[in-house]
Amino acid sequence: MEEKIIIDLKNISLSFGEEQILKDLNLYIRDKEFLTLLGPSGCGKTTTLRIIAGFLEPDSGEVIFENKNMNGVPPHKRHVNTIFQRYALFPHLNVYENVAFGLRVKKMPEKEIKTKVNDMLALVNLKGFEKRNVNSLSGGQQQRVAIARALANEPSVLLLDEPLGALDLKLRKDMQAELKSIQERLGITFIYVTHDQEEALSMSDTIVVMDSGVIQQIGTPQDIYNEPKNAFVADFIGESNILDGIMRRDLFVEFSGHRFKCLDSGFEKDELVDVVVRPEDVEVVPAEQGMLKGTVTSITFKGVHFEIIVDIKDYKWMIQSTDYQEVDSEIGLLITPDDIHIMKKSVYSGVFGDYSSFSEEFDELSDVNEEVED
Amino acid sequence: MNKKTSLGNRLVASPYLLWSVLFIVAPMFFVIYYSFTNSAGAFTFENITELAKYTDTFLRSIWFGVLATIICLVLAYPIAYIIAQTSSNAQRTLVALVMLPMWMNFLIRTYSWMAILQDTGIINTFLNKIGIGTIRMINTPGAVILGMVYNFLPFMILPLYSVMAKLDKSVIEAAQDLGGNRLDVVRKVILPLSMPGIASGLTMVFVPSVSTFYISQKLGGGSFDLIGDVIERQFQQSYNYNLGASISLVLMVLILFSMAFLTKFTTEGEGMVI
Ligand SMILES: Nc1ncnc2c1ncn2[C@@H]1O[C@H](COP(=O)(O)OP(=O)(O)OP(=O)(O)O)[C@@H](O)[C@H]1O
Ligand SMILES: [Mg+2]
Repeated sequence: MEEKIIIDLKNISLSFGEEQILKDLNLYIRDKEFLTLLGPSGCGKTTTLRIIAGFLEPDSGEVIFENKNMNGVPPHKRHVNTIFQRYALFPHLNVYENVAFGLRVKKMPEKEIKTKVNDMLALVNLKGFEKRNVNSLSGGQQQRVAIARALANEPSVLLLDEPLGALDLKLRKDMQAELKSIQERLGITFIYVTHDQEEALSMSDTIVVMDSGVIQQIGTPQDIYNEPKNAFVADFIGESNILDGIMRRDLFVEFSGHRFKCLDSGFEKDELVDVVVRPEDVEVVPAEQGMLKGTVTSITFKGVHFEIIVDIKDYKWMIQSTDYQEVDSEIGLLITPDDIHIMKKSVYSGVFGDYSSFSEEFDELSDVNEEVED
Repeated sequence: MNKKTSLGNRLVASPYLLWSVLFIVAPMFFVIYYSFTNSAGAFTFENITELAKYTDTFLRSIWFGVLATIICLVLAYPIAYIIAQTSSNAQRTLVALVMLPMWMNFLIRTYSWMAILQDTGIINTFLNKIGIGTIRMINTPGAVILGMVYNFLPFMILPLYSVMAKLDKSVIEAAQDLGGNRLDVVRKVILPLSMPGIASGLTMVFVPSVSTFYISQKLGGGSFDLIGDVIERQFQQSYNYNLGASISLVLMVLILFSMAFLTKFTTEGEGMVI
């Protein structure tokens, strides 16, 4: 990957009325990379994109584009194009004219427009759809028109706001692959917004995990998955058992009443920490051979594996295993140093990572929680 | 679709049916009946042939109606656009303001314009004071058209506003995103998408303008007879119901033709505005 930085967001803050939506956001985006903004609904992903596109001005902070400050530059003068959350095709124009819109605005000669539009429609597999009314297209086809329309302008950065959100699972998978290959072929920087962690993990060069307008972690998909910075990231990306632990000394952590070897160091002696153990990393063994022992409270078949909830010292773990276990049986767990990830305590500690709501005996309890949330 | 409607369906539709017979079909029948009979009730084409006398009046009515409608469109479009851009609270207030004059009686509104435009009216008194002297305003075609524009402007603003308020904001943003400046956005997106509003605004202003009476009598001083005034006179003064009805019938046909023309123009126009 090239190290040229194409967009730099510096100390961006934005409020709507009393509510602060983005809090001192700092983020740079490298040329030609596929960067994903990932976070729960309402965390400020669309808002961040709109600031880059120029539809919103930040209250404070700078938007820098190829070393030029873009604050105050209107959207039509920025070399970025957007795929909107709801496509936003022009309903009064047919497919051809939708794609040609940006080129006509630029007053490109008719012949070049024709070539360009045909190229773009070929790129998104929509040849032969030129004369179709955009309202008569399926969701996936409308999506392709939106992509062709944006790419026709040859932007150096493409902003995509949950472009696949409205599509069914199968189509979504196909389009993911297609988008990724378009991005690689054309060498355009993609800033992609999603709340689907799988999508983010499989497509991105860099993932930015956000929550409540604050960036929680920036890293490669592997970094984010294997080395989450805090309990929020660990919980949001994949499944995680998050336990209270004590760092006895470098490379030794104690949790669930057992002392484990681990690979982490650099903590104070006896520092309280959050420990992450991924469900798929744990090995299930007969009770007497396990480092930890627990009772199976429920087991669910998930296709590739079973999802087993195990009660260990009143904490409910989730374990994924290909072997079936009887409910109420005692099993043992083996956890190798590789499987353990240690995180500093954060505001998210204790909020995530307990699977008690998955267990039947806690059904009543979790019902109460759900009602409160509603 | 099932062609045979059930008894239940027919019962549900019956009040509407009764209403249309009473208020639409029956009056139409009488207009047509009177048009083709004389005062004794015998069949005749006389009423229709007599209309040739009123050709000038017809043409003037259409011309004034067209002018008033175009002026309304030009004034109303930016007003509607601006209203649609404001916050939803402001929108409600502004729409109420647009409709405010309609709460006042039509005659009183027209009389007030007389008071404003007269040679001894408010404007001329002021112009005299600052030494410009009296400018002839009342009893001119301009005054008549002003009266029409003033009275029918809300009918243009409201349909335009309601189309513009419903425009998908993200479509406008998409146009900006693709490099469109303000003018491009208005020309290539907002204008074509507001065509339905333009069409209904044109109809709602042109139809009452072309058939209006009273405005011309008061603001035009009787020199610019419009077809509505002629019809009124047939019923109120000459008691010639048959001639009155035949003029109404021809006016109705004229309006129907212009509506058909307008619909064709605006639906085809959608593609042409690109
Ligand atoms: N115009 C606005 N006025 C007031 N609040 C707004 C406005 N636009 C967004 N917000 C608020 O800003 C917050 C962030 O919104 P944003 O659209 O960026 O979320 P998001 O991360 O894109 O969520 P989603 O995944 O649901 O699209 C939300 O709480 C939202 O209610
Ligand atoms: Mg969003």
